[in-house]
Amino acid sequence: MAGPMRIRAATADGVTEVRVLMSHPMETGQRKDGSGNPIPAHYITELTAKHNDKVVMTTEMGPSVSTNPYLSFKFKGGASGDTVEVSWKDNKGESRTDKVQIR
Amino acid sequence: MNHQRRDALKTGGGLGIFGMLVAAGLVKPGSALARDQKVFDAKTIDEAFAAMGAGKPEASDGVTIVAPDIAENGAVVPVGVTSSLDKIESISILVEKNPNMVAANFLLPEGTMADVQTRIKMGQTSDVYAVVKADGKYFMAKKEIKVTLGGCGG
Repeated sequence: MAGPMRIRAATADGVTEVRVLMSHPMETGQRKDGSGNPIPAHYITELTAKHNDKVVMTTEMGPSVSTNPYLSFKFKGGASGDTVEVSWKDNKGESRTDKVQIR
Repeated sequence: MNHQRRDALKTGGGLGIFGMLVAAGLVKPGSALARDQKVFDAKTIDEAFAAMGAGKPEASDGVTIVAPDIAENGAVVPVGVTSSLDKIESISILVEKNPNMVAANFLLPEGTMADVQTRIKMGQTSDVYAVVKADGKYFMAKKEIKVTLGGCGG
Protein backbone atom coordinates (compact mmCIF):
# COMPACT_ATOMS: atom_id res chain seq x y z
CA MET A 1 0.00 0.00 0.00
CA ALA A 2 2.66 2.46 0.96
CA GLY A 3 4.73 3.59 -1.98
CA PRO A 4 8.48 3.27 -2.26
CA MET A 5 10.80 5.54 -0.34
CA ARG A 6 12.93 7.99 -2.21
CA ILE A 7 16.44 7.68 -0.88
CA ARG A 8 19.48 9.69 -1.87
CA ALA A 9 22.90 8.92 -0.51
CA ALA A 10 25.92 10.89 -1.58
CA THR A 11 29.43 10.83 -0.23
CA ALA A 12 31.89 13.71 -0.10
CA ASP A 13 35.05 14.20 1.97
CA GLY A 14 34.58 10.94 3.86
CA VAL A 15 31.07 11.79 5.00
CA THR A 16 27.95 10.27 3.53
CA GLU A 17 24.73 12.21 3.63
CA VAL A 18 21.53 10.21 3.43
CA ARG A 19 18.18 11.78 2.65
CA VAL A 20 15.01 9.74 2.86
CA LEU A 21 11.51 10.69 1.83
CA MET A 22 8.94 8.14 2.93
CA SER A 23 5.45 7.81 1.58
CA HIS A 24 3.11 7.46 4.54
CA PRO A 25 -0.08 9.17 5.78
CA MET A 26 1.24 9.66 9.36
CA GLU A 27 -2.31 9.93 10.68
CA THR A 28 -2.27 11.17 14.28
CA GLY A 29 -5.54 9.72 15.49
CA GLN A 30 -6.66 13.24 16.48
CA ARG A 31 -8.44 14.10 13.27
CA LYS A 32 -12.04 13.38 12.33
CA ASP A 33 -13.45 12.55 8.93
CA GLY A 34 -16.34 14.36 7.24
CA SER A 35 -19.00 12.67 9.34
CA GLY A 36 -17.24 13.24 12.65
CA ASN A 37 -15.75 9.80 13.14
CA PRO A 38 -12.19 9.78 14.37
CA ILE A 39 -9.63 8.66 11.83
CA PRO A 40 -7.53 5.93 13.45
CA ALA A 41 -3.89 6.67 14.08
CA HIS A 42 -1.56 5.31 11.45
CA TYR A 43 2.04 6.37 11.64
CA ILE A 44 5.56 5.08 11.29
CA THR A 45 7.03 4.09 14.61
CA GLU A 46 10.53 3.01 13.74
CA LEU A 47 13.06 3.45 11.04
CA THR A 48 16.42 1.78 10.66
CA ALA A 49 19.10 2.67 8.17
CA LYS A 50 22.03 0.47 7.40
CA HIS A 51 25.25 1.10 5.54
CA ASN A 52 26.14 -2.29 4.09
CA ASP A 53 25.33 -4.33 7.20
CA LYS A 54 26.10 -1.75 9.86
CA VAL A 55 23.25 0.16 11.46
CA VAL A 56 23.94 3.88 11.03
CA MET A 57 20.65 5.31 12.24
CA THR A 58 17.64 4.22 14.23
CA THR A 59 14.76 6.65 14.54
CA GLU A 60 11.75 6.26 16.76
CA MET A 61 8.88 8.40 15.62
CA GLY A 62 5.61 9.62 17.02
CA PRO A 63 2.61 10.93 15.12
CA SER A 64 3.97 14.49 15.31
CA VAL A 65 6.19 13.79 12.34
CA SER A 66 4.78 15.23 9.12
CA THR A 67 2.90 13.28 6.48
CA ASN A 68 5.35 11.69 4.06
CA PRO A 69 8.20 11.95 6.54
CA TYR A 70 11.53 13.37 5.53
CA LEU A 71 14.75 12.52 7.27
CA SER A 72 18.33 13.35 6.62
CA PHE A 73 21.46 12.40 8.49
CA LYS A 74 25.19 12.02 7.94
CA PHE A 75 27.63 9.30 8.83
CA LYS A 76 31.38 8.96 8.53
CA GLY A 77 32.69 6.63 5.88
CA GLY A 78 30.79 5.15 3.00
CA ALA A 79 32.12 4.82 -0.50
CA SER A 80 30.54 5.28 -3.87
CA GLY A 81 28.71 2.06 -4.76
CA ASP A 82 28.08 0.95 -1.17
CA THR A 83 24.53 0.05 -0.26
CA VAL A 84 22.33 2.04 2.07
CA GLU A 85 19.22 0.21 3.16
CA VAL A 86 16.34 1.90 4.96
CA SER A 87 13.43 0.08 6.60
CA TRP A 88 10.47 1.38 8.50
CA LYS A 89 7.52 -0.14 10.25
CA ASP A 90 4.32 1.49 11.43
CA ASN A 91 1.84 1.05 14.24
CA LYS A 92 -0.34 -1.25 12.11
CA GLY A 93 2.52 -3.63 11.51
CA GLU A 94 3.13 -2.58 7.93
CA SER A 95 6.70 -2.23 6.87
CA ARG A 96 8.82 -1.39 3.93
CA THR A 97 12.47 -1.68 2.97
CA ASP A 98 14.23 0.09 0.15
CA LYS A 99 17.85 0.34 -0.74
CA VAL A 100 20.03 2.57 -2.80
CA GLN A 101 23.67 2.79 -3.81
CA ILE A 102 25.80 5.65 -2.57
CA ARG A 103 26.70 8.06 -5.32
CA MET B 1 7.30 -23.57 -18.37
CA ASN B 2 7.85 -24.71 -14.83
CA HIS B 3 5.54 -22.55 -12.76
CA GLN B 4 6.20 -24.39 -9.56
CA ARG B 5 9.82 -23.49 -9.74
CA ARG B 6 8.91 -19.82 -10.09
CA ASP B 7 6.62 -19.98 -7.09
CA ALA B 8 9.32 -21.67 -5.10
CA LEU B 9 11.76 -18.94 -6.02
CA LYS B 10 9.30 -16.22 -5.06
CA THR B 11 8.56 -17.82 -1.72
CA GLY B 12 12.23 -18.32 -1.11
CA GLY B 13 12.91 -14.67 -1.90
CA GLY B 14 10.23 -13.54 0.52
CA LEU B 15 11.62 -15.70 3.26
CA GLY B 16 15.05 -14.33 2.62
CA ILE B 17 13.93 -10.78 3.31
CA PHE B 18 12.03 -11.86 6.39
CA GLY B 19 15.06 -13.76 7.60
CA MET B 20 17.19 -10.68 7.13
CA LEU B 21 14.79 -8.60 9.21
CA VAL B 22 14.81 -11.19 11.97
CA ALA B 23 18.57 -11.33 11.83
CA ALA B 24 18.70 -7.55 12.01
CA GLY B 25 16.47 -7.71 15.07
CA LEU B 26 18.68 -10.30 16.67
CA VAL B 27 21.87 -8.46 15.95
CA LYS B 28 20.68 -5.28 17.58
CA PRO B 29 17.62 -5.99 19.71
CA GLY B 30 18.32 -2.95 21.82
CA SER B 31 17.74 -0.49 19.04
CA ALA B 32 15.06 -2.08 16.92
CA LEU B 33 12.67 -3.16 19.63
CA ALA B 34 13.26 -0.61 22.32
CA ARG B 35 10.72 2.01 21.28
CA ASP B 36 9.18 3.03 24.54
CA GLN B 37 5.55 4.01 24.10
CA LYS B 38 5.62 5.79 27.46
CA VAL B 39 7.96 8.40 26.02
CA PHE B 40 5.59 9.07 23.14
CA ASP B 41 2.51 9.16 25.38
CA ALA B 42 3.91 11.83 27.69
CA LYS B 43 1.58 14.78 28.11
CA THR B 44 3.93 17.34 29.61
CA ILE B 45 7.52 18.19 28.94
CA ASP B 46 8.57 17.06 32.40
CA GLU B 47 6.79 13.74 31.91
CA ALA B 48 8.52 13.28 28.59
CA PHE B 49 11.92 14.06 30.10
CA ALA B 50 11.21 11.66 32.94
CA ALA B 51 10.09 8.88 30.58
CA MET B 52 13.26 9.36 28.56
CA GLY B 53 15.28 9.11 31.73
CA ALA B 54 16.59 12.59 31.06
CA GLY B 55 15.58 14.18 34.35
CA LYS B 56 16.24 17.88 33.94
CA PRO B 57 18.42 18.30 30.88
CA GLU B 58 21.00 21.04 31.13
CA ALA B 59 20.71 23.89 28.62
CA SER B 60 23.77 23.80 26.41
CA ASP B 61 25.32 25.94 23.69
CA GLY B 62 26.53 22.71 22.14
CA VAL B 63 23.04 21.92 20.92
CA THR B 64 21.56 23.88 18.02
CA ILE B 65 18.07 23.76 16.59
CA VAL B 66 17.95 24.63 12.93
CA ALA B 67 14.42 25.76 12.21
CA PRO B 68 12.55 28.79 10.95
CA ASP B 69 11.35 31.42 13.47
CA ILE B 70 7.99 31.45 11.75
CA ALA B 71 6.42 28.46 10.08
CA GLU B 72 3.70 29.37 7.67
CA ASN B 73 2.37 25.85 7.43
CA GLY B 74 2.26 23.93 10.70
CA ALA B 75 1.77 20.64 8.87
CA VAL B 76 5.31 20.70 7.57
CA VAL B 77 7.87 22.43 9.75
CA PRO B 78 11.46 21.62 8.86
CA VAL B 79 13.49 21.09 12.02
CA GLY B 80 17.10 20.10 12.23
CA VAL B 81 19.35 19.51 15.21
CA THR B 82 23.10 19.72 15.23
CA SER B 83 25.42 19.37 18.16
CA SER B 84 29.09 19.91 18.81
CA LEU B 85 29.13 17.70 21.92
CA ASP B 86 31.22 14.55 22.10
CA LYS B 87 30.00 10.97 22.38
CA ILE B 88 26.45 11.64 21.32
CA GLU B 89 24.10 8.72 21.74
CA SER B 90 20.74 10.16 20.84
CA ILE B 91 18.89 13.26 19.73
CA SER B 92 15.21 13.86 20.47
CA ILE B 93 12.86 16.51 19.16
CA LEU B 94 9.92 17.58 21.33
CA VAL B 95 7.12 20.02 20.65
CA GLU B 96 5.70 21.36 23.88
CA LYS B 97 2.18 22.16 22.73
CA ASN B 98 1.52 19.14 20.57
CA PRO B 99 -0.78 16.41 21.90
CA ASN B 100 2.02 14.00 21.04
CA MET B 101 4.94 15.85 22.42
CA VAL B 102 7.82 13.67 21.36
CA ALA B 103 8.15 13.92 17.60
CA ALA B 104 11.19 11.79 17.02
CA ASN B 105 14.05 10.17 18.76
CA PHE B 106 17.22 9.56 16.77
CA LEU B 107 19.63 6.94 18.06
CA LEU B 108 23.07 7.58 16.69
CA PRO B 109 25.58 4.74 16.60
CA GLU B 110 29.25 5.65 16.64
CA GLY B 111 30.28 7.14 13.31
CA THR B 112 26.94 8.84 12.70
CA MET B 113 27.19 12.59 13.03
CA ALA B 114 25.05 14.79 15.23
CA ASP B 115 23.33 16.44 12.32
CA VAL B 116 19.78 15.33 11.63
CA GLN B 117 16.84 16.94 9.91
CA THR B 118 13.21 16.06 9.65
CA ARG B 119 9.82 17.66 9.22
CA ILE B 120 7.27 17.83 11.98
CA LYS B 121 3.68 18.92 12.53
CA MET B 122 2.88 21.74 14.91
CA GLY B 123 -0.67 22.47 16.00
CA GLN B 124 0.17 25.96 17.21
CA THR B 125 3.02 28.27 18.13
CA SER B 126 5.18 26.41 20.60
CA ASP B 127 8.58 25.90 22.07
CA VAL B 128 10.50 23.13 20.37
CA TYR B 129 13.07 21.27 22.43
CA ALA B 130 16.06 19.34 21.23
CA VAL B 131 17.43 16.96 23.80
CA VAL B 132 20.82 15.42 23.22
CA LYS B 133 22.24 12.53 25.19
CA ALA B 134 26.00 12.78 25.21
CA ASP B 135 28.35 10.68 27.29
CA GLY B 136 25.46 9.56 29.49
CA LYS B 137 24.22 13.09 30.24
CA TYR B 138 21.34 15.03 28.78
CA PHE B 139 21.61 18.49 27.27
CA MET B 140 18.98 20.58 25.58
CA ALA B 141 18.21 23.59 23.49
CA LYS B 142 14.90 25.32 23.08
CA LYS B 143 13.48 27.48 20.33
CA GLU B 144 10.09 29.02 19.83
CA ILE B 145 8.57 28.49 16.42
CA LYS B 146 5.59 30.62 15.52
CA VAL B 147 2.94 28.88 13.49
CA THR B 148 0.55 30.92 11.39
CA LEU B 149 -1.51 27.94 10.18
CA GLY B 150 -1.95 24.89 12.41
CA GLY B 151 -1.00 21.45 11.22
CA CYS B 152 -3.51 19.26 12.98
CA GLY B 153 -6.91 19.04 11.34
CA GLY B 154 -6.73 22.63 10.11
